Amino acid sequence: MTTTAVQYETIIGLEVHAQLLTRSKMFCPCAASYVDSSPNTHVCPTCLGMPGVLPVINKRAVEMTIMTGLALNSEVPERAKFDRKNYPYPDLMKGYQISEFDQPLCTGGWLEIELDGQRRRLGITRVHLEEDTAKLIHVKSPTGETYSLIDVNRSGVPLMEVVGEPDMHSPDEARAYLVKLRQILRYLDVCAGNMEEGNFRCDANVSLRPMGASELGSKVEVKNMNSFRSVYRALNHEVERQREILDNGGRIPQETRGWVDDQGVTVSQRSKEYANDYRYFPEPDLPPIVVDREWLEKIRAKMPELPGTKRARFLSEYGLSEYDVSLLIETPAKADYFEAAVALAPEAKRQKRAKAAANWINGELAGLLNAHNIVVSEAKITPKGLSQLIDLQEDGTISGKTAKDVFQEMFETGRDPEQIVEGAGLVQITASDEIAAAVERVLENNAKAADDYRGGKEEAIKFLVGQVMRETRGRANPEMVNQMLKGKLSDNP
Amino acid sequence: MDPLHYLAAHEAADLLARREVSSVELTRAAFDRVRALDDSLHAFLTLTEEEALAQAEAADERIARGDAGPLTGIPVAIKDVLCTKGVRTTCGSRILESFIPPYDAFAVQRLKEAGCVMLGKANMDEFAMGSSGENSAFGPTLNPWDKERVPGGSSSGSAAAVSAGMAFYALGSDTGGSIRQPASHSGIVGLKPTYGRVSRYGLIAFGSSLDQIGPLTRSVRDAALVFQAVAGHDERDSTSATLDVPTVTEALAPDLKGMRIGVPKEYFVEGMDEQVRQTVRAAIDQMAGLGAEIDWEVSLPSTDHALAVYYIIAPSEASANLARYDGVKYGYSYNEGASMWENMEKTREFGFGDEVKRRIMLGTYALSAGYYDAYYLKAQKVRTLIRREFDAAFQDHDVLVAPVSPTTAFRLGEKTDDPLQMYLSDVFTIPVNIAGLPGISIPCGFSRGDNGSRLPIGLQIIAKPFDEPSLFRAAYAYEQANDWHKQHPEL
Repeated sequence: MTTTAVQYETIIGLEVHAQLLTRSKMFCPCAASYVDSSPNTHVCPTCLGMPGVLPVINKRAVEMTIMTGLALNSEVPERAKFDRKNYPYPDLMKGYQISEFDQPLCTGGWLEIELDGQRRRLGITRVHLEEDTAKLIHVKSPTGETYSLIDVNRSGVPLMEVVGEPDMHSPDEARAYLVKLRQILRYLDVCAGNMEEGNFRCDANVSLRPMGASELGSKVEVKNMNSFRSVYRALNHEVERQREILDNGGRIPQETRGWVDDQGVTVSQRSKEYANDYRYFPEPDLPPIVVDREWLEKIRAKMPELPGTKRARFLSEYGLSEYDVSLLIETPAKADYFEAAVALAPEAKRQKRAKAAANWINGELAGLLNAHNIVVSEAKITPKGLSQLIDLQEDGTISGKTAKDVFQEMFETGRDPEQIVEGAGLVQITASDEIAAAVERVLENNAKAADDYRGGKEEAIKFLVGQVMRETRGRANPEMVNQMLKGKLSDNP
Repeated sequence: MDPLHYLAAHEAADLLARREVSSVELTRAAFDRVRALDDSLHAFLTLTEEEALAQAEAADERIARGDAGPLTGIPVAIKDVLCTKGVRTTCGSRILESFIPPYDAFAVQRLKEAGCVMLGKANMDEFAMGSSGENSAFGPTLNPWDKERVPGGSSSGSAAAVSAGMAFYALGSDTGGSIRQPASHSGIVGLKPTYGRVSRYGLIAFGSSLDQIGPLTRSVRDAALVFQAVAGHDERDSTSATLDVPTVTEALAPDLKGMRIGVPKEYFVEGMDEQVRQTVRAAIDQMAGLGAEIDWEVSLPSTDHALAVYYIIAPSEASANLARYDGVKYGYSYNEGASMWENMEKTREFGFGDEVKRRIMLGTYALSAGYYDAYYLKAQKVRTLIRREFDAAFQDHDVLVAPVSPTTAFRLGEKTDDPLQMYLSDVFTIPVNIAGLPGISIPCGFSRGDNGSRLPIGLQIIAKPFDEPSLFRAAYAYEQANDWHKQHPEL
């Protein structure tokens, strides 16, 4: 007997929490950045939830949230308000979190992803602002006693929540959405976007339903995913887990599951059959936020160029390939780096320079940055240095091969390319007699390859060019070598 | 002339200015009075004599330098709901029995800048929840006029301290009548400013959209001076008004010529004390004699619903405001439990009194899914209605006058078994908080208690938002035409 496997449709929705890059916390003057700080040093009566203290709204955080909403094509209503979300937990200093319930700063919107050459718009439900909680650190003493420590530095850090529609149908789409969202937040300079450090967090709602069904299946919320990779793995695992249960006639309970990275599985954390009652009500300590249209336009005017616009501009302005552009605009820092290097070339040479700069940035530089695990803003090689290097190559002072070596040294030392070239005697040999001598030597020692070429095996020339370059320690101009070899080989049949 | 301890604050300030008495002398006199009376009255929870004397010395120096304001060197009692830097602040609760704030409330900071002498922290109903002072975790305060009776609440200690001549004035807080009702029961002046007039920073929150800080004093002029000192915008309280504070002392005039006074019918209800009704009506008649135009036909039809609205909104806000007291960070902490959750639960079980728990449960219920619309949301709608009715009444009237409370001070224990009866004590003060209006209670006579004691009766004057000048004008003219405020309990 054979059974036809049921086809399922996967439904994924993501909730992203992004810590905002404000100087101070959401409702008090404490510094918001705590990564390198000792526990409980960025605290005050307000973020400690002491009696009688009051919150004051961080205007910059509101602007950052509105900016994000604008970038995600959201509506920004004229009135928003904060609410209290009530639940007891030791990491929640006041016993309630100030959040936004039914009147968030931004509603609706969409984000466009590109996957396998296809563009798709994925819906945004809302973008709202709230405060982060303190951090619990669970400790087990050598004697086996367990206890928890509280670090209040994180309490009250501005947290923006981007709630996505359940529009995604595969872990690949979810990953593309996350990458794109992070790119936008980085462009806006509102979030560092680092999942490992916890300033960009993601929870996922996953459900399956038989293909063609209109009713949604039971929703499982997956938490504890601390990298893009773990999001991807967790979603794949969860989809498979649910599929297996459904195939075996089981039912999926609505629950929260945690991803255990080193085991590669999700495990049940708590049942959600009985929904939490957060008893939201309007925060009486804060007046509603009125976003008058003048302010909104001021915020809009302050927004930097976003990835989509930049992509279109790079394509038309520099005549680069889609592929090159998508790599260059990955981060605003990289795009700026590229543009700074290109801008140093004379107007007439810009298109050509753009291609060369893109090659260097997407090739050598990307490789070295990756190998050293740093980002472009941390590189010692400057756009000016790169531009000078390209000049040296273009005017024939150095060969392409030499340029790569020089680039490597610039990357490591930050030295000026001209100094490196002169100091190491790497100036390209263009004197034909010096090259001719090397060609002679190579042909003498490689009679077989020379015969092969003459016999019609054109490939052999490449080997011979390589040998000449080796003779000259890479300083010969490969184009000249090529021509000279061809001349020699045809003159002496 | 009154003995030193019964002087109004502005009278004491005159003596200080004339160098007839020093702040140190006033302070010592106050502490002598406290030592003589407070074992039985129990108006204070914490005394800060050493700090007070240091403040008095500093004040005397300021006075000598000619750098004194109207409150410099005058001893004050601070309700224990206001945070005081370095001085224990219990809010009348076991759960904060050991809490020492590292900051001053804005109003306290303002008084310190004005050169006040803080005698100590005044007793109160736990978390300002109560109308008698009996909900204090540290025992009730007695009424100086009749020690078998309560002084009213929740600012019970503040009222008793001022009434008994222990403090020259006090700060209190008023969420549903907690300044005006005890002032009325204790025969003194109590002002609740417009919501937003005084910063709530450092005021331990009960009902955040209702809470206001205000003075309890022995004269209207004193209330005006303290109001002037503590009012004004504070960037740490986003609900504090950015308006300029009017110089209310300039509004103090001896007559009421041209003032249009409305009397809301709904504030003279079936079942209220006859002596209170008659005394308040007589006071209003007297205001007519001072030149005011009286309209006895004002109607605020939603008054009946104010109590219900209040007992949804205030407990709802309180249920969240009091969630932070979990024993994790400060104050009382139970730690014998088997788990973190047990410790948190037991901390609250042992740390809170019955009335506080009752209100947390009320509020939690009212905010729960499925009930929110029927309770909290509906209450907010009625709140808007009540506000609009007041707005309409103020179209044709400068102020409204009414009783403060349906009865005079009641006996200890009389209403503790019946929360609803206790809640009714605030039925005339609550609508003012619901609408965020300024209200003042001033003495307007006495009734005879069944045991023969004289019990003070208060007259309430209500003005439109931020119109404290009209409030003070009406209060001052009436006060000056009488000597009620010059009468003091025999102790």
